[in-house]
Amino acid sequence: MEKGKYYREITSEAKVFRFNFKEVWQYRDLILLFVKRNFVSQYKQTILGPAWAVIQPLLTTVVFTFIFGNVAGLADCGAVPTFLFYMCGNIAWHYFSSCLTGTANTFIANSGTMGKVYFPRLCMPISTVLSNLISFGIQSAMFVIFLVIYLFIPGYEIRINPYAFFAPLHILQLAMLGLGCGIIISACTTKYRDLRFLVGFGVSLWMYGTPVAYSMSLFRGSILYRIVRFNPVTPVIEMLRYGFLGPEAGSLDWVSYGASWGFTAVLLTCGVLLFNKVERTFMDTI
Amino acid sequence: MSDEILKIEHVSKKYRLGMIGGTSLREELQRKRAARKGLEDPTRKVTDTSSGKIGEEFLALRDINLTIHQGERVGIIGHNGAGKSTLLKLISRITAPSSGSISMNGRVASMLEVGTGFHRELTGRENIYMNGAILGMTKAEISSKIEDIIEFSECRKFIDTPVKRYSSGMYVKLAFAVAAHLDAEIMIMDEVLAVGDVAFQRKCLTKMSQLAIDEGRTVLYVSHNMATVRQLCTRCVVLDHGKLVFDGDVEQAINSYYDASPDATNHHESKYNVSGFEGEKCRVLSVDVENHSGMEFFSGECIPFKVRIGCSSKVGDVLPQFICRSGMANLTGSSFADSRFVLSRGINALQGSVSLKHFSPGIYNCDLVLYQVNHDGAYVELDRLKDALTFTIAQSPANYDGNNWWQRRWGFADYGAFHLEFLPSD
Repeated sequence: MEKGKYYREITSEAKVFRFNFKEVWQYRDLILLFVKRNFVSQYKQTILGPAWAVIQPLLTTVVFTFIFGNVAGLADCGAVPTFLFYMCGNIAWHYFSSCLTGTANTFIANSGTMGKVYFPRLCMPISTVLSNLISFGIQSAMFVIFLVIYLFIPGYEIRINPYAFFAPLHILQLAMLGLGCGIIISACTTKYRDLRFLVGFGVSLWMYGTPVAYSMSLFRGSILYRIVRFNPVTPVIEMLRYGFLGPEAGSLDWVSYGASWGFTAVLLTCGVLLFNKVERTFMDTI
Repeated sequence: MSDEILKIEHVSKKYRLGMIGGTSLREELQRKRAARKGLEDPTRKVTDTSSGKIGEEFLALRDINLTIHQGERVGIIGHNGAGKSTLLKLISRITAPSSGSISMNGRVASMLEVGTGFHRELTGRENIYMNGAILGMTKAEISSKIEDIIEFSECRKFIDTPVKRYSSGMYVKLAFAVAAHLDAEIMIMDEVLAVGDVAFQRKCLTKMSQLAIDEGRTVLYVSHNMATVRQLCTRCVVLDHGKLVFDGDVEQAINSYYDASPDATNHHESKYNVSGFEGEKCRVLSVDVENHSGMEFFSGECIPFKVRIGCSSKVGDVLPQFICRSGMANLTGSSFADSRFVLSRGINALQGSVSLKHFSPGIYNCDLVLYQVNHDGAYVELDRLKDALTFTIAQSPANYDGNNWWQRRWGFADYGAFHLEFLPSD
């Protein structure tokens, strides 16, 4: 057969290391349409609409500020407002966890569509990550508004520094990490549904291993500190706080930051390869 | 038109029994342990009577070889479970073959379902974009064709309404309109046309043929509706239990398919115990039609049949009648036997033939009714065999200029052509 422009061969052998990025790029319009569909359908027939994206982290932050900040005294952030301290951590964590749980469901939630038509399966989790980015954007705007308000309230000291400009990089890392974990789980759940239960409480456990509800500085020197330090999400949140709220709220830990990037890269690569392997035949086992 | 566009070589698809469906890690371990000890699979359903040992394999497709050239319209037929859909799934890359290879020289647009990716909350227009993108078009391509798509779908009035307000017919029309405007070289359809109304079905088939003829598109079409296969396809492939049993001419393929069907002969005897008619006067035991593939006839032909009637005593003045229905319950007409019979005690075997004059194309079910004419001349029903004959009147391509007979508008009977001519001029 003459090999034309669209020549393709389907064989029984799975090629683990041949991932077709070009194809995902060709389907970029589909990814954007999925994003739009997710966003539109999420807030259809709700009264408050996208305002829900703000209400949820706002309430969580208020609760965290009261319980962990005022009652338990876990926020060691000096003259930085506790409210902003918690909001920063919460929004970042919420983005990460929604990426993870959203993509972990990819195959099961979309088996109807995927069983009827081919498109690069990776479009689905990528679009989940991107649609979460919209709510994250709304939440960030809220954070910036509160940040500006607090800047004009006397008694608080917020030292924004150039590290804040690295925020997009941190967000990218959170997205990659969430996507990596999520697609590994989704690849495994096609055969074993057990993991679905693990995801729910696993993510909330993970949160307590991340300095979202507390400051790292509280238990410096203990064994716990060392564990939390090498949680890949920790340096990201710490650096976000450092950049926007000043050295009192966060920390710069380059060792842990480097390790976090390394972990992210490995996890995402494994995730994509595993996903690539599973997507060929998952319809037979799901 | 002889370029090879799709080549399927030695393709098999294997499924493992008992592995299909949801499973948990615990079940998997149980199964592995049982398999090692040679025990029965503990996770298999008890009602599953197939004597499958653990891990036994089931071949949905066995060593399929098929080469399709550009511009061909290939029908794929076979009874349920023959592997038709599996084959289409492999070609459209939804799942991978267990062995063998498929090479293709073009993009594939698969319509295995109507409106894949449609979202209830999105409007018709948004769903055109959604569906188009899922089927592999870019946004720019869809934008350039959206007017044609809306026009074809006949849904212009409602195009900015969420599709959850659509009727199911409109839904199908919109979905097909998108697929028909794809730029793919190979189009795959799995009986999706079955949902639209007759007029739209015809429009779709015409469009598909047109695409194949004018633009050299290749069409793979799976259907149980032989009339549409006849109308659309230039070549036909028959699958039976995962094997390719016929490849070639459409008519021959359809005949071969009917021969392969397990219930092609109209045989009722097994339902009745021969001694069961004791106490009753008469009972129709069986109506058999021999040597005819698939009970498909053309209008004007005859169905030769054999009938066996059991009687508990001698019965006179018996008048058999066929009462025919079309589709659900529409009575279309009756045919009486040309004489009355005296049936003797025991089993009476008779033969005859029923004329199919004036039957319009469609599917008919006929009951065989035995009447007895009593002293007053009234008909008393002795017995009735429901659906004694089920047959299809096929559309002869020569009739009605190739159009399908439209039963809803034109009725169930075709009284034949009438005579009309110009008056002789003075």
